[in-house]
Amino acid sequence: MSTDSNSGNMIEIDREESNFHYDVEYKHDAGMGLSEDTIDYIANVKGEDQWITDFRKKALRVFHEKKMPTHWASEDLNSINFDEIRYYLSDGEAPKRSWDDVPNEMKETFERLGIPEKERKFLAGVEAQFDSEAAYSNVKDAVAEQGVIFVNSSEGLAEHADIFRKWFGKVIPTGDNKFSALNSAVFSGGSFIYVPPGVKVKHPLQAYFRINAEQFGQFERTLIIVDEGAELTYMEGCTAPKFETTTLHSAVVELVAMKDAKIQYITVQNWSANVFNLVTKRGLAHENAEVRWIDCNIGSRLTMKYPGVVMKGEGARGEVISIALANDGQHQDTGAKMIHAADNTTSNVVSKSISVGEGRSTYRGQVHIPKHLKGCKNNTECDALLINSKSRTDTYPAITVRGNKHSTQHEASVSQVSEEQIFYMKQRGLSETEAMSLSVNGFVNDLVREFPMEYSVELKRLIELEMEGSVG
Amino acid sequence: MSTLEIKNLHASVNGTDILKGLTLSVPKGEVHAIMGPNGSGKSTLAKVMAGHQDYEVGSGDVLLDGKSLLEMDVDERAREGLFLAFQYPAEIPGVSNANFLRAARQARLPDGEEIDAVAFYQEMYEKMAKLGMDKKFTGRSVNEGFSGGEKKRNEVLQMMMLEPKYAVLDETDSGLDIDALKIVAEGVNAMRSEERGFLVITHYQRLLEYIVPDYVHVLNEGRIIRSGPKELALELEEKGYDWLKEGELVKS
Repeated sequence: MSTDSNSGNMIEIDREESNFHYDVEYKHDAGMGLSEDTIDYIANVKGEDQWITDFRKKALRVFHEKKMPTHWASEDLNSINFDEIRYYLSDGEAPKRSWDDVPNEMKETFERLGIPEKERKFLAGVEAQFDSEAAYSNVKDAVAEQGVIFVNSSEGLAEHADIFRKWFGKVIPTGDNKFSALNSAVFSGGSFIYVPPGVKVKHPLQAYFRINAEQFGQFERTLIIVDEGAELTYMEGCTAPKFETTTLHSAVVELVAMKDAKIQYITVQNWSANVFNLVTKRGLAHENAEVRWIDCNIGSRLTMKYPGVVMKGEGARGEVISIALANDGQHQDTGAKMIHAADNTTSNVVSKSISVGEGRSTYRGQVHIPKHLKGCKNNTECDALLINSKSRTDTYPAITVRGNKHSTQHEASVSQVSEEQIFYMKQRGLSETEAMSLSVNGFVNDLVREFPMEYSVELKRLIELEMEGSVG
Repeated sequence: MSTLEIKNLHASVNGTDILKGLTLSVPKGEVHAIMGPNGSGKSTLAKVMAGHQDYEVGSGDVLLDGKSLLEMDVDERAREGLFLAFQYPAEIPGVSNANFLRAARQARLPDGEEIDAVAFYQEMYEKMAKLGMDKKFTGRSVNEGFSGGEKKRNEVLQMMMLEPKYAVLDETDSGLDIDALKIVAEGVNAMRSEERGFLVITHYQRLLEYIVPDYVHVLNEGRIIRSGPKELALELEEKGYDWLKEGELVKS
């Protein structure tokens, strides 16, 4: 029997609750606009090795050379003014290991978002990033004792250069796309995680990305390496206050699952509606390894994100489970990339999108199975739910399968919450909003179950809150 | 006051007048049947009472224990105590019967009050047993992939769980075989009480053998043209509706 209503108050984050910001004095501010000077400034503050600065500057050139992908993506990208964004803001402090040492405004921010409470309840470690740098980063002793490393990217580069450098930019090369190049030029923060062979991290590690400043860009860089036979679940959440100006968030996340390893990466994206969220995420799965992205996009103005898995070793598995909710003024352009590069690899994509009002959802999927392989399988399902006639949904599946020793399956559907369904539910006493969120939750129900319990409760709440005010 | 009262009700859909001055009252404790040929306005009456957006009320009123329903939104009417058992219940994918019923019950509680989940499930299982419904039903999506009989049984289950003051049953017998009909009728009969009124809409007399009404009304062209005791249903079965239509003899 399911009794989920009592746990409903455990975690509550909605866009109004996260719509606040503090006036913080930033010790380090790279100023408006992007040039080599910006990079020198960041490198200087961080005290980075020369090779990193060179890497950044090369990336900046790639960023400038690459065109905006508006020939296939939304024209809205042209609304980003790269000269009116600050690329680095920090207080110059190293991340604290104890919440007591975190400066007040930042501590209050994360307390209001419920992060320390979640950490106590069910997390193995937390990194809390405030604008460009982590304010807090800690992993529980028991997990650290197993040899698990969980630090921010700067610390990863400084303290674990050998392993960091080996994989850095290997899963997602700088030139993968314009925004991966941008991130490579100005990255700051994000997580570096290493899980040693055979270690199965029982509780999730979590990162929380908070944007506090106006006219700002957050460019975290995450690299996760899970060694042979090890397992990890990582979750990320993110929020920002709503400003009139645009905010940019452009992350690069690289995952490496060694032989027999398992990585589950969960995102609950709830940016405010002025955030451009342009993120590149990809995992590399070695022999028999599994990389699973569970991706939920509720916030932002425009999200472009297509988590991918390169199945490099025989028997590797890749999965993307994605939920997108586009309300008025939002465009969720999401999808998945499955690159089969070894025999007997399996991928699964399940995507559900909900478009409300003038909200727009787009699914873009790429599945690639080359001719010389055998025994590869892909399953792709994408379902769209439209709420009212103004909303729009598009599906662009690109499935390239060569050779005949594979099996692929693709299903797509578009449905609507009909007036008759709403009438029926209202006749049973539910308000229009309750009826709507019940059917929306029903639509994504099978996917929400894939989330850890604590997050599925939060997700249901978020969906309910999104439906409030969007109908009537 | 303890009456569901329909007063001189006029209603139209897409500019076509369907109800043309319908007057009827169902006191608590009674079961009234409405019979009538196709197109007489039976289903329109049910939809108008529930507040369906496609129907426009021209004049008249519907009063539930003295309170006008027509000013209320669909869900307010429901919470006020009006239940409609649908002829064609909607399917709601992904929403389990249990969660749906729970949400409907929750909607009737004051803010901040939570339903007792354990007691709720216990009650639901008991009522399902009465209707011969398998426990697995609770986990299935509302009406999705249900047979006609299962849907109607589910309507009656919802009625039993929501305990309305007045229930309108719209062609609940359609699509039911005789065994299902008996079970559904037993469910309705178990709900009959001094505290509740029923309006049973049906085309055939068959249902009224199992849910025996106190009064029978004949609806034709948007008006009640004849009212009488339960025997009227038998008469109609024998003679057909034309017998009444031709004369337009009597008003209630």
